[in-house]
Amino acid sequence: MNARRTFLAGAVLACIVAVGSASPAFAYPDRPIQVIVPYPAGGGTDIVARTLAAEIEKELDTPINVINRGGGGGIVGSNAIARAQPDGYTIGLVASDISLYEPQGLADISYEDLTAIGQTNALASSITVIADSPYQTVGDLLTAIKENPGELKGTGAPQNANWHVGFLGLMMDQGIDPNTVIWVPTQGGTAGHLDVAAGNSTFSTASLAEARALIESGKLRALAVMADEPIGIFPDVPTLKQEGIDYTFGLWHGVVAPAGLPDEERQILLDAVENAVNSESFRNTLTERGFTIVWRPGDEFRDFMKSDYEAAQKIFGDN
Amino acid sequence: MGADLLAGLAIVAEPSVLLTIIASAMFGFVVGALPGLTATMAVALLVPVTFLLHPVAAIASIVSASAMSIFAGDIPGALLRMPGTPASAAYMEEAYALTRKGEAGFVIATSATTAAIGGIFGTAALILASPALADMALQFSSFEFFWLGCLGLSCAVFVSGDDVPKGLIALLIGLLISTVGMDYGTAYPRFTFGSNELMDGVSFIPALIGMFALPEIVRSLSSTKTIDDVPQLGSKESWSKVRVALRKYWTGALRGSSLGTVIGALPGAGADIASWISFAVAKRFSKEPKKWGTGHIEGIVSAGASNNAALASAWIPALVFAIPGDTITAIAIGVLYMQGMNPGPTIFINNADMVYAVFIVFLIANLLLVPFGWAAMRVAGTILRIPQGLIAPTLLVMASIGAFAINNDMFGLLVMLALGVLAFLMNGAGLPLAPTVLGIVLGQIVEKNLIQSLISTQGDVFAFFERPLSAFLGVLTILVWTVPLVRFAYGRFRPKVR
Repeated sequence: MNARRTFLAGAVLACIVAVGSASPAFAYPDRPIQVIVPYPAGGGTDIVARTLAAEIEKELDTPINVINRGGGGGIVGSNAIARAQPDGYTIGLVASDISLYEPQGLADISYEDLTAIGQTNALASSITVIADSPYQTVGDLLTAIKENPGELKGTGAPQNANWHVGFLGLMMDQGIDPNTVIWVPTQGGTAGHLDVAAGNSTFSTASLAEARALIESGKLRALAVMADEPIGIFPDVPTLKQEGIDYTFGLWHGVVAPAGLPDEERQILLDAVENAVNSESFRNTLTERGFTIVWRPGDEFRDFMKSDYEAAQKIFGDN
Repeated sequence: MGADLLAGLAIVAEPSVLLTIIASAMFGFVVGALPGLTATMAVALLVPVTFLLHPVAAIASIVSASAMSIFAGDIPGALLRMPGTPASAAYMEEAYALTRKGEAGFVIATSATTAAIGGIFGTAALILASPALADMALQFSSFEFFWLGCLGLSCAVFVSGDDVPKGLIALLIGLLISTVGMDYGTAYPRFTFGSNELMDGVSFIPALIGMFALPEIVRSLSSTKTIDDVPQLGSKESWSKVRVALRKYWTGALRGSSLGTVIGALPGAGADIASWISFAVAKRFSKEPKKWGTGHIEGIVSAGASNNAALASAWIPALVFAIPGDTITAIAIGVLYMQGMNPGPTIFINNADMVYAVFIVFLIANLLLVPFGWAAMRVAGTILRIPQGLIAPTLLVMASIGAFAINNDMFGLLVMLALGVLAFLMNGAGLPLAPTVLGIVLGQIVEKNLIQSLISTQGDVFAFFERPLSAFLGVLTILVWTVPLVRFAYGRFRPKVR
């Protein structure tokens, strides 16, 4: 009788302990996490997200679902990330476009609406010309731009988007009026390189990753890359610094969550993403494609997004 | 080369790869046959799965699913008068007219056979002429695409039915819809009414679903008849009719295949446009123009071959220059990278065995179309016997899922409903829907390339005739537009001497 009572009490106690330990504050994550990608499947951002998701899944031991919410130049999906519950079960992978929406007056969303988890990579801008172009160095090209205002054509992005912003920055850095170059708008970097290869535009400022096959088949020639160091897939292409120009420009990707994510969840995600970014398979997949791995954790990433945003504000000051 | 070919064969002969091909074909068949779910969506849904597969199996799944869904898209077009994919929209009316004559089996069998012919033709071009066609594609700049888009718009005349002015009105409605969204030159939002969702324009798939599926669903709910009151042809008769049709229109199949191959290889065109242009060309050069519109197989032979040929040749710029010809190859390039195969000239050297394996997969996937077509014929009879009251609600659910799934966004449903109402009104006014769809498809291409060209020449219109290829296409376009006018004027004002 007594033994039975003790057993019952023990069982009840065990239950309480079990229930108690099943719902502590840090059980996160105990269900699948969704990663919103504001661009369609198969694009650059999507590849980063899916490669990363496979690694985070191992780190957190919970399923990670990548969801593509394309449309509106990334605005729709970015809004969906910002408006989600800040519980750590909806995170997102944003690209540098996020810095451009407010300065251009396109949408009311910026880094301030998001919790920074960490930057994962960068994709440097480059300068490519057609194979038989007379320009052998960036210096040649810049001289030609100065000497023939209104005649040379640059391309690689829609007006005021990603690679065009890199071009605008370079022109401002060199003290050249960007309006002396005709900017041919193209949908995406590959289309820009293609316009150069087809013999229309003089140069493109999209990335080497997007130009790779055209360079390898001898249709295009790269004059420079706008990174700090030469990039892995084209070690012979000089940086602007090596050419005597102190200017870099690149697009970036990073993991974010809605604003107001509690610190515990943020730290768990930050650790998981850090390990994922440093994993062999993530590094190999992205480096092979022409991306540069850049890891900026939490607050450092936030500061970086802030400075990126302010740089965009400077370029599009009149809005 | 021989060793690589054998190595490629060995890879494809792996049971896991063969199984992937068949499983993806079945998946593509289902997705393509459901109105509203497109070939692109089938491929996008496969992306997470490809992570788990061997590189060749990953590519095989994409090739196989996309080829099958482009063919399967013809089935609901023929049976229910709703195109399963945009590539089937051009010849849907002819296909449905044949079904009403009791020849559903004949239509489906013809679609499957010509899809296989076109696909194999395109694959042959991919294997034998990749470098040459890729170099040709590289010559296409915004000027050439502008003229090509204009030629495409001319096709409206051929898909308008008898009343050309009404067709033109419908085309203009489509062009108007295509202007919604951020303006190409300055990124200024037009007709977006402050909505972020409309910044990229009216999403094409929900629009297509709304225009074709909704009015049909409403119509079928308001009538209780099934199409079953028409006796359908048996399987044997259908196949023998296919043989007769192919013997009669083999030039059409060949013309469709080669047009599809060339258009598909151009980055930015694709299976949809190939299908419209082939249909229009077949009609223009038809020896029996009177029969069109009453259920005539000639256009289906040509356009059905053309869209599958385009699907294969879109891989040419994708493999040689990493330039996507359409959304499907854009996704495929991403998958290639993730699998460690870098598209570009080196892929033929570094991964020759895999490239040959992909070629073999293309052949198998296209040959599979015929048995799947046979199976579809079997099922078709059953579908036609299902009462409309049961089929319509199911289709409404499918249509809604399709409109939602394109961006995982409820806004797609709104677009579907709005365009559905528009289509209903247009039906009431006797306006054809096909030219509107053509306008939505081509409006952006024409505008984008016109603006891009004008900016790059600083408004110089003569520059549109400076590049040799552009000059050729420009003159061709102007001839296509003016010759009928001159003929008309000549016929009208010719002095009547007798």
